[in-house]
Formats: sequence, structure tokens, C-alpha cells
Amino acid sequence: MTLARRIIPCLDVKDGRVVKGINFLALRDAGDPVEQAAAYDAQGADEICYLDISASPEGRSTLVDIVARTAAQVFSPLTVGGGVRSIEDAERLLDAGADKIAMNTAAIRNPALITECAERFGSQAIVVAVDAKRRPQLGGFEVYSHGGRTPENLDALAWCRRIADLGAGEILLTSMDRDGTGTGYDTELVTAVATTVSIPVIASGGVGELAHLAGGLEAGADAVLAASIFHFGQHTIGEAKAFLLERGLPIRPGR
Amino acid sequence: MIAVVDVCSGNLRSVERALAKVGGDVQVTRDPDVVRRASKIVVPGQGAFGVFMRGLVERGLGEALREAITSGRPYLGICLGLQVLFDDSEEGGACAGLGVIRGRVVRLRPTDPRLKVPHMGWNRVQPRAGAGRGAGRGDRLLAGIPDPAYVYFVHSFHAVPEDRSLVALEAEHGTAITAAIRHDNLFACQFHPEKSQAIGLQILRNFVEAA
Repeated sequence: MTLARRIIPCLDVKDGRVVKGINFLALRDAGDPVEQAAAYDAQGADEICYLDISASPEGRSTLVDIVARTAAQVFSPLTVGGGVRSIEDAERLLDAGADKIAMNTAAIRNPALITECAERFGSQAIVVAVDAKRRPQLGGFEVYSHGGRTPENLDALAWCRRIADLGAGEILLTSMDRDGTGTGYDTELVTAVATTVSIPVIASGGVGELAHLAGGLEAGADAVLAASIFHFGQHTIGEAKAFLLERGLPIRPGR
Repeated sequence: MIAVVDVCSGNLRSVERALAKVGGDVQVTRDPDVVRRASKIVVPGQGAFGVFMRGLVERGLGEALREAITSGRPYLGICLGLQVLFDDSEEGGACAGLGVIRGRVVRLRPTDPRLKVPHMGWNRVQPRAGAGRGAGRGDRLLAGIPDPAYVYFVHSFHAVPEDRSLVALEAEHGTAITAAIRHDNLFACQFHPEKSQAIGLQILRNFVEAA
């Protein structure tokens, strides 16, 4: 008996609709998030993630309603991120039915927010999303904020260590270099972070085929997040799980 | 009426929704008198032990829960709703619980550094061989649950009863973890049935439908 590694389909949500970013910036609209989430739940997703990329407060306010509607029919863990800037933002989403909130830029601007949220809601509810990009000359990885637009001159490993020390329950680690490319996770990044922190790490960015999910888990991720391979019907969660079980990874069977 | 005890716990609404989904006549309450009148009691919990326990005591709910439990009415505890039944917890120094069950809540300390704390995600639970007091394979609350079954956990502490026969379900995370305890009218689980998809809903349905 052992803890299963998790498969997490991610839905990028803008103004209440699902989109998929290509390298974070080019967007395609496709579908109702609640319906999508229910479909993933039915396939046996281990957790569902909404990342809100609305630019406006109006757009973001629709997210609370989406979370509430999702929680009324999906009885599996739900992580929600995007635009979480304060304890109040976090509370609204958790009250609406999210199990975890993910914060990114706000945590970089004000790291104490991680601790405040962890003390208020418990570490298990606090995910910090880290967007990391390889540094061409210096080596290593740099943290970016604002949906991957702003370099922070912050070393990704040092930041991840700090996030864990501040009380976050989990790190959602996205490779900016790989996101939207379909060429697989940056496994070097995954291994580096997973061996640095003792909290769970979710690998994100770059999945184009099922073997990439295995690559992320074999690199040390506790969970793997993917959007387009599930979203555009290329594979079901069940297929992904069957594939990973075949590879001998500890996975909860899908349906 | 099933009273769902409100101690501002993060999973309160999820538990309410899940119980309603399986047909429960649910009332979310922080009123000790409603707890006293309820035919069944559910205590969802998530967060820190000390804060949760203080919340119970400040609302006068500690006494009401003890009374309800002693009266033999069905009690379902979830996560902290399991842990507060015990004498005390290591979390945040040392903190007294309701003391309904002898034993302590201790931190998970897996010796394998690859095993993370919090223990978060889906793990298999199995009925503990030889578990007494209505626990184990024949338990009606576990009717229709596969053996083993995957359920969703999120916790850093777990309860260790002095009487090991109270452990109805176990999971493993470096060491054996108390996944559920059963003691007469008490059923309490460390995992989250409200987040465990069909299996979790089945456990809640069994609780709602049990006489």
C-alpha cells in the first residue's frame, strides 16, 4: 500500500470559459469549465485544477460562481488559482468549495501571505505556483511572475525552499520553456525541486503524450498536471492511468 | 435530521453538499441545542487541532457532542472530527481533545525521506484484520466499499488509540496510519469521504441510510 501519484487535469479559465494557453499567451476558447470538470471527475481524475487567467476583476468574480457550481457536483479535490492576492480572495474561493488555492505573483510580492494563509486555512490548502525558466548563461532556473511575463531575478530552487519554509503545502511547478510545446516536462527542473523540498511537487508544462506524464513522475513529481492532451480529447484520464500503471507507477486506477 | 457541526472548518460546505447529494436531511449548525436534538451528528474538520477544539468549546459544542456520543446516536467524524475524539494531540505543543476515546494524536514521521508530510492524495485503505466493535469487513458503514479502496487523505497527524481493535481501516505511509476508527455508535475517518468520489459518497450514503 502506498500513496498514489496524482493525475491532475488543468482547466485554464478566462471570463468563465475554458481556454488553453499556448506559451501562456495565445488562447483558444473551448467550453464550460463545470462540464469539463465533471467529465474529468467521471473519468477518475485524482484532482481538478482551475487556473483563472481573467484580466479583469469582473472576469475573476465569475470564478467564485464556477467553483461553487463545480463543488455541487464534483466530489473530488479542487485546486483553484489565478488572481489570488489576499487572504480574502483565498477565503472566497475556499468558501465556494475549493479545497486548495494556488497563489503566484502575490506570494512573490508578499511572501508573508503564504504563512498567513497557511495559518488561517492550513498548509494543505495552500499551493504556491512557481513559473520557472532556464537561465541561458548562468544556468539554473529563474522565477517569472504575472503569468510568465515578468522575470523576478529570483532563483527557482531558493524560492521553492523558501515557499516550503513559509508553510505552503505544495508547489505547482511550471516550466516556462516547455509550457505549450508538447515536448515533455523539464525533468531536470522537476528533479531539482523535488529533491530540494519536502512538500509535494506538481509537475506542469509541456505534456504532449502519455510518456511525458511518466517522465514527470519518474523525475520525482508527486503529481502531474496536464491540460491539452486531456482537453482536446487526445487521451482520457483512464487511458493515462492505464498507461502509467503499465509502467509500474503507483496510480489509482481510472474508470 | 443530521446535524453537521460548524466550527468554521474548510471542508464544511463540501461535507454538507456531499451528504445532501446522497439524500441526507442536513442542518449545518453551531447551536449545541440543535446537536442535542439531531438524530445523527457529523463533525467535519480541517485545519489546526487547537483552533478547532477551541472553536468547539467556545460554542459550548464540546459538552453537546459528548452527550450525543454517550447517548448512542450515530456520530460521523471526518479528519479533525476523528482526532478531537481522542485525549490529546501533539499538534501545536500539546492540546486536549474531547477524551471520548483513549489515545493520542501524533505527527506522521515516515522514516523514508521520499515520503512527504502532509500525507496528501489517494491512498488505499484496508479493513484491519481482527478489528472488533463492529469494525472491519462486516461493518455496514463500509457496505459496497471495495477492499482495498482508494480514498483521499490530507493530514499531517493521525490518531493512535490505546485499544488497537478500534482501528477499522488502515492505510500505509511509511508506517500504518489510522484511516478510520469504529467504536459502537462512532465512526470516524481520517480521510475525506466528501472528496473521495464514488467510494466516499457510498460511505456517506451508508451513514445516512443506516438506522
